[in-house]
Amino acid sequence: MSLITANNLSKIYRTGEIETQALKSLNFEIEPGSFISFIGPSGSGKTTLLNLIGCLDKPTSGTLKVADVLTSKLTRREAAAFRGKNLGFIFQDFNLIPVLTVYENVEYPLLIVQNIPAKERRNRVTSLLKTVGMMDQMNKFPDQISGGQKQRAAVARALVSNPKLVLADEPTANLDSKTAFMVIDIMRKMRDEYGVTFIFSTHDPKIVGEVETLFTLEDGKLTGRSNRKGGSHA
Amino acid sequence: MLELFKIALRNLIRYKRRTLLTSSLIAIGVLFVLVFIAASSSFKYLMIGQITDSMLGHLQVHKRGYMASIDSLPLTLNLSEKAEKKLEAAIKDISEIEAFSPRIKFGGMFSNFIETTNIRVNGVYPEKEIATIPLFLSRIKQGEKAIKKGEILIPELLASGLKVKLGDTVVVIATNQDGSVNGKQLEVGGIIESVTGPGGRDGYIHIEDAMEILRMEEMEISEVAIRLKDFSKLNKISSQLDSNLSQHLNKQGKQVFDVRTWEKLSPFYNIARMIDVMTIFIKLMLIAIVLVSIMNVMIMAVFERIREIGTIAAIGTMPEKILSLFLIEGFSLGVSGAVVGNLLAFLAIFLINIIKVTFNFGRQSGLVLTPSLKTGDILFVSAAVILVSVLAALQPAFKAARMEPVDALRHV
Ligand SMILES: Nc1ncnc2c1ncn2[C@@H]1O[C@H](COP(=O)(O)OP(=O)(O)OP(=O)(O)O)[C@@H](O)[C@H]1O
Ligand SMILES: [Mg+2]
Repeated sequence: MSLITANNLSKIYRTGEIETQALKSLNFEIEPGSFISFIGPSGSGKTTLLNLIGCLDKPTSGTLKVADVLTSKLTRREAAAFRGKNLGFIFQDFNLIPVLTVYENVEYPLLIVQNIPAKERRNRVTSLLKTVGMMDQMNKFPDQISGGQKQRAAVARALVSNPKLVLADEPTANLDSKTAFMVIDIMRKMRDEYGVTFIFSTHDPKIVGEVETLFTLEDGKLTGRSNRKGGSHA
Repeated sequence: MLELFKIALRNLIRYKRRTLLTSSLIAIGVLFVLVFIAASSSFKYLMIGQITDSMLGHLQVHKRGYMASIDSLPLTLNLSEKAEKKLEAAIKDISEIEAFSPRIKFGGMFSNFIETTNIRVNGVYPEKEIATIPLFLSRIKQGEKAIKKGEILIPELLASGLKVKLGDTVVVIATNQDGSVNGKQLEVGGIIESVTGPGGRDGYIHIEDAMEILRMEEMEISEVAIRLKDFSKLNKISSQLDSNLSQHLNKQGKQVFDVRTWEKLSPFYNIARMIDVMTIFIKLMLIAIVLVSIMNVMIMAVFERIREIGTIAAIGTMPEKILSLFLIEGFSLGVSGAVVGNLLAFLAIFLINIIKVTFNFGRQSGLVLTPSLKTGDILFVSAAVILVSVLAALQPAFKAARMEPVDALRHV
């Protein structure tokens, strides 16, 4: 049973007279528990594809099934509910909520999006903060911590609601390579521990070596898929 | 919900200066409106009090048609003794009426044996008159504070014009209903302060002296002034009395009695109305200020936080929660402005009462303004400010809630 199934998935952007075919009839499947990266040159459609998988945008044609739900057919509200329940997001610019502390940022999906009782909330937030090594920073606000620390907090936030799938668009682009490796490492540990599927996009060749399955996108088309089970660390 | 409040409040604190500016603008608006309402209504009620409590009374009843020719004080349009008895019975039926005073009004000549001038005279029952217009006694500037038989209280302008002093003997001459003329010697028992408005320059005598001058065999009454226990029930009692009296019809099938509140008897009603209209405009201005300033900051807040909105929408926050988040911000700005404004208004009004601001009205001087805040005004102004704040935040909040997360996240 695959977690994600794409059939003839296409996306066309229209800005006035200009049409950009960002994705051209993609077909692929992704198994649960995968640790996947989409690579490709700038403008190849990585962000567009991640937005579709993440239910943030709709395909122009074709179908997309995520966790047995035909997400290409969801309404705005249904999509929001689906994201809150099944997906986690990690952003290139971290996107922590500036008025909330690290702890509160991680707690946010459990408190505002879902409605998890206080005790369970506390257990899950603290256990994730421990895993990403942010316990000592938990009462700081985002503007008081480093980029790597922000992204670790963001990883914890993406995972706190036990999602089936975590999507990360260039999660390491704003980090130095040492921190980038550390964040990727944490993500893989999470996959090992919770069986969460990770999909991220990158054009950082160093990071590419860390993934298990690599999809290559070129000009809106899938041009390659390589499996390197285990990655360099395994 | 509590969590949304926390986030909203922290966002307000995050933009400290802007929040402070907006809520102080609202607070100052609330302050001015409340002080204006308190001061103007204090002024208004002082003015009304002067008019009603020193001459008019709260209500008056005449024979229908009398008011149309009041300038000539027509004796032919007096109420007969029988009609007056019916009226008294109707008045006594209403427990909210504190006092009433039947008056005979007539125009006549006033002479000090050297010069003669015209005068308008009220013949009254002294106790009833004083109970009905309690400020009357304070108008007596010279002489005993009473209306006695055989005496006349004359307005000070008349006294100085004819050089009449307290204790002088004067003559009042009047044409009777049958056309004959009669006069009576009276002693000047008091000199009264004139009051602005109709009836403010009338002389006063005992009602029995009036009957004698007018050669009335039976009591006839020109008007009955009425004082209520609670002035705020004016319109209710007025219409109650009116409907109680409506059964009394004349031979033509028309109503005999004509009930009027002070508002229909004094031109100062228009000033009171002006004050009310001004209050409404000031309130509208406050609403405009709140609307514009809150909408302005909320539009800015949404614009600055587009990526944040995209983030929380992407991770699954429902549109209505995003909407509430911004509405709560507007609401909190409104509440803080209203609370601070109320406190400032209390302080300002307290100070005004300490300083004792005085003003002159007509010929009365040194009336002390005693503004006070009414719970109704506080609640109305505060509720309006808070409601308008939420309404002003509505459009920006909807904009935030309807944002597509992809677009919002891409925003730079
Ligand atoms: N909102 C949009 N409107 C119009 N065209 C768009 C929009 N978003 C992306 N595109 C176009 O679609 C194509 C794919 O863009 P996309 O952002 O998916 O590329 P990418 O692989 O993520 O690139 P990068 O590595 O630079 O982030 C590009 O040609 C881009 O110009
Ligand atoms: Mg991209």
